Amino acid sequence: MRERTDRPTRPGRAGATDRHEPAGPDIAEPVLAIEDLTVTIGTRRGPARAVAGVDWSVRAGQTLALVGESGSGKSLTVLAATGLAPRTARVTGRVRLLGEELTALPEPRRRRLRGRHVGFVFQDPMTSLNPVLTVGRQVTEACEEHLGMTRRQARERAVELLDLVGIPSPRQRVDAYPHQFSGGMRQRVVIAMALSCEPDLLIADEPTTALDVTTQAQIVELIADLRRRLGTAVVWITHDLGVVAGVADTVAVMYGGRIVEQGPVDAVFDAPSHPYTRALLAARPGPGVRDGDLPAIQGSPPSPLDLPAGCAFWPRCPVRGDARCEHELPPLVPVAPGHRVRTFYPLSEDA
Amino acid sequence: MTRFVLRRLLQSVVVLLGVTLVVFLLLQLVPGDPVRVALGTRFDQQTYDALRERSGLDQPLVAQYASYVGHALTGDLGVSFRSGQPVTTIVLERLPATLSLAVTAVLLALLVAFPLGVLSAVRSGSALDHAARVFSQFGVSVPDFWMGIMGILLFAGVLGWLPPSGYVALTEDPAGWASHVLLPAGAVGLVTASILTRFIRSSVLEVLSEDYVRTAEAKGLRSRIVVVRHVLRNALIPVVTVVAVQLASLIGGVIVIEVLFAWPGVGRLTYDAVQARDYPVLQGAVLFVAALFLLMNLLVDVLYARLDPRIGVR
Ligand SMILES: Nc1ncnc2c1ncn2[C@@H]1O[C@H](COP(=O)(O)OP(=O)(O)OP(=O)(O)O)[C@@H](O)[C@H]1O
Ligand SMILES: [Mg+2]
Repeated sequence: MRERTDRPTRPGRAGATDRHEPAGPDIAEPVLAIEDLTVTIGTRRGPARAVAGVDWSVRAGQTLALVGESGSGKSLTVLAATGLAPRTARVTGRVRLLGEELTALPEPRRRRLRGRHVGFVFQDPMTSLNPVLTVGRQVTEACEEHLGMTRRQARERAVELLDLVGIPSPRQRVDAYPHQFSGGMRQRVVIAMALSCEPDLLIADEPTTALDVTTQAQIVELIADLRRRLGTAVVWITHDLGVVAGVADTVAVMYGGRIVEQGPVDAVFDAPSHPYTRALLAARPGPGVRDGDLPAIQGSPPSPLDLPAGCAFWPRCPVRGDARCEHELPPLVPVAPGHRVRTFYPLSEDA
Repeated sequence: MTRFVLRRLLQSVVVLLGVTLVVFLLLQLVPGDPVRVALGTRFDQQTYDALRERSGLDQPLVAQYASYVGHALTGDLGVSFRSGQPVTTIVLERLPATLSLAVTAVLLALLVAFPLGVLSAVRSGSALDHAARVFSQFGVSVPDFWMGIMGILLFAGVLGWLPPSGYVALTEDPAGWASHVLLPAGAVGLVTASILTRFIRSSVLEVLSEDYVRTAEAKGLRSRIVVVRHVLRNALIPVVTVVAVQLASLIGGVIVIEVLFAWPGVGRLTYDAVQARDYPVLQGAVLFVAALFLLMNLLVDVLYARLDPRIGVR
């Protein structure tokens, strides 16, 4: 099913790389790499710097989890990286998708790259499908646009995809409308849609938040399974640290528009070095954590309109270092290979 | 689908019955004796009684109403007090003039409002958007008869391009009809265009902010395809209703414009019937307009069900 003779520069995708196996030498270029990404949104009350200086990358077959409270800039980071930020946003920094510098490309070229190589699964399946088009049409219209399929070929492909994501009797369902599906089934449709052009990157923005618990588990399993089978790189935005532990290779924790800690999942979970990460992990009541339910952390996250000069977490920080924390932005420093943390006072493992 | 249409037709009949009752009762409240008006100043008691009896006005109210409805069901809406002609014939004669004016006005309005509304939403904040907003503000604040007078002064008076008033049937002389319809349709259409521009703009804007539009953009579709396939289809569903309501209200309510342009339509007929206290004609005209209104509503519902798969009609 996956023939890729069209792109010789593709990173190797030797099936599934299990995250517990040591990764090979870093010869493969990341599927998506963002560097110093900053997003400023013009609002009525002035510019809001919603994302600042974010760096991360994700390789073929790997999963990067983006976590953080509501409003920390997770969605905006991936939207801005792929050219989907709101019109009022100003985006700076570098974004490389499959080796191409996206920020330098004219919009039509960027649009085609995005449609052809990136699949998106958004949070709410009840609103992310067009109510007046059949699901079959929506699942594969990108294939008509980017792969030159005819309507008939696209329809066949849609049946295949609906089958792949576990929708029963796909040949009948392909002509149904979104309102004829349940929430979980709709999210399967959205996933089928995201996979339609065999993307190199799948961006899942809280794909299970709007679903009930049983369905959540099914959808998580489905995406993880598809990633293993297709070798797609995945950026997974979630509040659910249980999911992070289960499916991600690397994790980036965001706070106030910046990354405060990032690294391999095991390293970060075993030895959280930022007070915020530690609080997040401590507040984990089990699967299905929703927005902002962090009883262990007093106070609320900063507004992007009014960010403190120093560490954004300082006002809520249980450690409360010193005046430097209040006035100076801590740099992102390594505490272990590949594990970086933005604080002047990294917590030691047994703190 | 057929069952749906039949059910709606039945509902329409009930509504129409209500309309006849209201019109019938309202007319009882109007002061003045229609028989007296019809006969003029010189008549004798015998003629008076004869006409009164012939019109059924000597019967009790309930009987009058029952007989009116009974006849109406067979298409007989009585005879005009003034001319003695059957009301149905009179109204049907006037219908083409009104319909052709209303339809032309709405078509002209759509010609302007559709591109203007869609473009100003897609490029909201642009110079075009601001221009569109000024246009629609102007259009809704200026009454249509003023627009008509200005039109006559400019195009008939100063420029001499179009006739100032009058009517030629479309079937007799299409070119003549067109030259006569342009001014009144333009005057009414401008107001309609402003209303529609506003409505289309806000409807498109609303759909543009829907999640599924972002989904479509994420697929890397060309923006023209996103707008046409994903935005318009959804945005136009509510617009259909507004267009139909505008059309229906024009059919029933271009009285001032029809009088101003000597346009022999149903509006003009209604106006004359009021002046002459020609109750049967007035009742008939109102009933016709109500029936057309209901028919339009039925068409809208059927169209809705075709446009929006969420509305089940079976
Ligand atoms: N279109 C917009 N206009 C103005 N501000 C915006 C817009 N989109 C996002 N923001 C702001 O940018 C910040 C980051 O938003 P973002 O959606 O990336 O948060 P998030 O981390 O994805 O949160 P959530 O978990 O709730 O999805 C928020 O403070 C939000 O208010
Ligand atoms: Mg989000």
